[in-house]
Amino acid sequence: MGILDSKVPSGPLAEKWTNHKNNINLVNPANKRNIDIIVVGTGLAGGSAAATLAELGYNVKTFCYQDSPRRAHSIAAQGGINAAKNYQGDGDSAYRLFYDTIKGGDYRSREANVYRLAEESVNIIDQCVAQGVPFARDYGGMLDNRSFGGVLVSRTFYAKGQTGQQLLLGAYAAMNRQINRGKIKPYNRHEMMDLVLVDGKARGIIARNLVTGEIERHSAHAVVLATGGYGNVFFLSTNAMGSNVTAAWKAHRRGAFFANPCFTQIHPTCIPVSGDHQSKLTLMSESLRNDGRIWVPKRLEDAQAIREGKLKPTQLKEEDRDYYLERRYPAFGNLVPRDVASRAAKERCDAGFGVNKTGEAVYLDFASAIQRYGKETALTRGIKNPDNKTITKLGKEVIEAKYGNLFQMYEKIVDENPYETPMMIYPAVHYTMGGLWVDYNLQTTIEGCYCAGEANFSDHGANRLGASALMQGLADGYFVLPYTIGDYLSNDIRTGAIPTDLPEFDQAEKDVQDRINKLMSGSGKHSVDYYHKKLGKIMWNKCGMARNAKGLEEAMEEISALRADFWENVKVPGAANSMNAELEKAGRVADFLELGELFAKDALTRNESCGGHFREEYQTEEGEALRDDENFKFVSAWEYKGEPKDAVLHKEELVYENIELKTRSYK
Amino acid sequence: MKLNLKIWRQKDANSKGELVDYTLDGVEGDMSFLEMLDVLNEDLINNGKEPVHFDHDCREGICGTCSLQINGEPHGPDRLVTTCQLHMRKFKDGDTIVIEPFRATAFPVIKDLVVDRSAFDRIQQAGGYISVNTSGNTVDANAIPINKHDADDSFYAATCIGCGACVAACKNASAMLFTSAKVSQFALLPQGRVEATERVQNMVRQMDLEGFGNCTNTGACEVECPKGISLENIARMNREYLSATTKG
Repeated sequence: MGILDSKVPSGPLAEKWTNHKNNINLVNPANKRNIDIIVVGTGLAGGSAAATLAELGYNVKTFCYQDSPRRAHSIAAQGGINAAKNYQGDGDSAYRLFYDTIKGGDYRSREANVYRLAEESVNIIDQCVAQGVPFARDYGGMLDNRSFGGVLVSRTFYAKGQTGQQLLLGAYAAMNRQINRGKIKPYNRHEMMDLVLVDGKARGIIARNLVTGEIERHSAHAVVLATGGYGNVFFLSTNAMGSNVTAAWKAHRRGAFFANPCFTQIHPTCIPVSGDHQSKLTLMSESLRNDGRIWVPKRLEDAQAIREGKLKPTQLKEEDRDYYLERRYPAFGNLVPRDVASRAAKERCDAGFGVNKTGEAVYLDFASAIQRYGKETALTRGIKNPDNKTITKLGKEVIEAKYGNLFQMYEKIVDENPYETPMMIYPAVHYTMGGLWVDYNLQTTIEGCYCAGEANFSDHGANRLGASALMQGLADGYFVLPYTIGDYLSNDIRTGAIPTDLPEFDQAEKDVQDRINKLMSGSGKHSVDYYHKKLGKIMWNKCGMARNAKGLEEAMEEISALRADFWENVKVPGAANSMNAELEKAGRVADFLELGELFAKDALTRNESCGGHFREEYQTEEGEALRDDENFKFVSAWEYKGEPKDAVLHKEELVYENIELKTRSYK
Repeated sequence: MKLNLKIWRQKDANSKGELVDYTLDGVEGDMSFLEMLDVLNEDLINNGKEPVHFDHDCREGICGTCSLQINGEPHGPDRLVTTCQLHMRKFKDGDTIVIEPFRATAFPVIKDLVVDRSAFDRIQQAGGYISVNTSGNTVDANAIPINKHDADDSFYAATCIGCGACVAACKNASAMLFTSAKVSQFALLPQGRVEATERVQNMVRQMDLEGFGNCTNTGACEVECPKGISLENIARMNREYLSATTKG
């Protein structure tokens, strides 16, 4: 099988995980005390993995660049977390969640991993409730659910628009319990600068203390990377400012294959760009599509009048509006998956129907939901013949209870009241399905180097369904990795502590130091942001929502040239031996400048359209994605060979034993 | 618009800091406060000077990383927002804006506007959790019904982002609002009641050890809290603490 052995256990799909857990090696509790594990990243995947590993008895060190584990960007996830609990009795099951996820991912993910995810989803909810995560409840005291894109059941658990925050604080609390027991040692404001391999195995990391600038060595028997996605390669995204690819990229440079880098999710409902000074984009949760209707004007002249401020959206009559998602996809309507909704918005805006100054926005309108909820509430409260004002007031209260914080956030940023006038939204980079290649055990192609959460590639194929990122992060961290890693570590019970004075550590530290020196000694023509913004523009224009061969070839050349310019002329002020935010950014942008080129190469190689990867050359007559299962039913796993353009492709053929491959249709 | 900025510059924890004057032109109302600082920093870098260090990350008001005392108020003049969500349309052309770090003994300055809030982590480590294993062997999530009002109140307490504005707003630099939010979240849930006594005692003890001041009920914390965490939580914690103490 070569090095790309996915290690999927044999046997029937529904029994694979249980059988696997029954058959892998365990480490006895006394021996766990002699084994050290490094976890880089403390979001949902890293935080939960660290907590469970420590609870099992391993000695855990955690690393995060933030000042506290609680600030990892999982915290910003809004809408919810999926679980096949079937509390609503609407026919949900692990199989359905599995099926929806595979289909939503446009048949580019691994069956066995996704089924395991669906199986574990139910445990997550039980676990989180036991930890005191305050999910939304109904008046009977039971957990409430909502619906997300690409599915026909209500399986999403939520805590208003702050689900990610509540789940992350749950994982953080679990970490705190272990910190208090001395089983986790947290290294906050630390950034991983390199992975250290000894005899081909991951045995430690080089980290930079971001307060003092000190370069530190840390050893362990295994290293877990849970460092999130690389959406910031686009400069503007919904990611946090510090989100980066550095840890994953360093592992890639040391031998971990990078899978499907071009599979990126552009989220349909974000607040549109307002100007050149913009530093990041803000998401408006997909849950809003439960109640919001997306539209643009039917007539071009109306769209123009709106852009010029001569017409207000509320003045436009119902018959003059084009609810284009409801028109094109009657079965799923406003709740089509994200890739489909994003492309549809772009299509309308490109055709001239955009509604903000730049013509890059569509409406998300709550007026009919307010009416519907208002009438419902009036009825349940026994108000007879309510007038329009009462209905509107009651309806707004319901909307506020459901989405209050999102509406407030919108109003603060845009300075318009979304209860009175429709929101304006536009797609933005949000999530990366690609990431380090991992086998069924979540091990990368480097022995002892594991990868969990958004940082790996495994579960979402070419498009992730809403409310599935939180599910994957916690499943990987709480319930998968802590067990699969034991199988590997069972060989290390006699190894003893790994010394940090090995020549491999010397060399890795020297590499890190040289790189920092090089960054500090640029000619000083341009700031780091100058390069990052340029890179972002290339990525958005040529590797964004629609891609073609010519653009991708240009992107590869332009990024390569920009990278050379960066190393020559970047300006990093201040000193390396102290807190230096520009130096931190410079290191991250340097890695993005390599990843971006590989991204374009991957997109260029994949001559098909699937999920978030839309190649203009490969579309149906109606403009839908045209997948090519005969030639591209594989995972692209890239091996580092120096320049990104020289990376070597390895294919993991995807095997579908339980699901029939179909054209994905939401019509 | 054109602004006069007075910004706290401090080389590191051991150096003495001072307010430094800057003038910034071309600020637009649509910029967030931090984007305004980005523009200033870009100018400083291009003029060969070291940029102003400030903490920030998600820039959507939820991670709690950004701070800043703006004209004497944590997170500035707007209500229910963090600094990253504060927009420059709240200011006028020609305004003078004083920007300082959050001030508290328990929050030492690391550099410029960056402070060390690890004291908050240690308060949480002392007891801000439910002692349940994360192995997945728990009861079904719906096995214990929870009254919706309690669940909602628990949620509202849990929305604290740990930014430290409550401490910075308080003349005593008290961390009561922060600590009580976590105590309340668990005290309101049946799962959290089991170890409520130990939790409140351990967390309050750690809070005192960190050097935070006492609460004198001025209510400034609630006013400045970007998430609107209610003073009721402090009352609840006092009740929990009293009851824990009498239980011994």
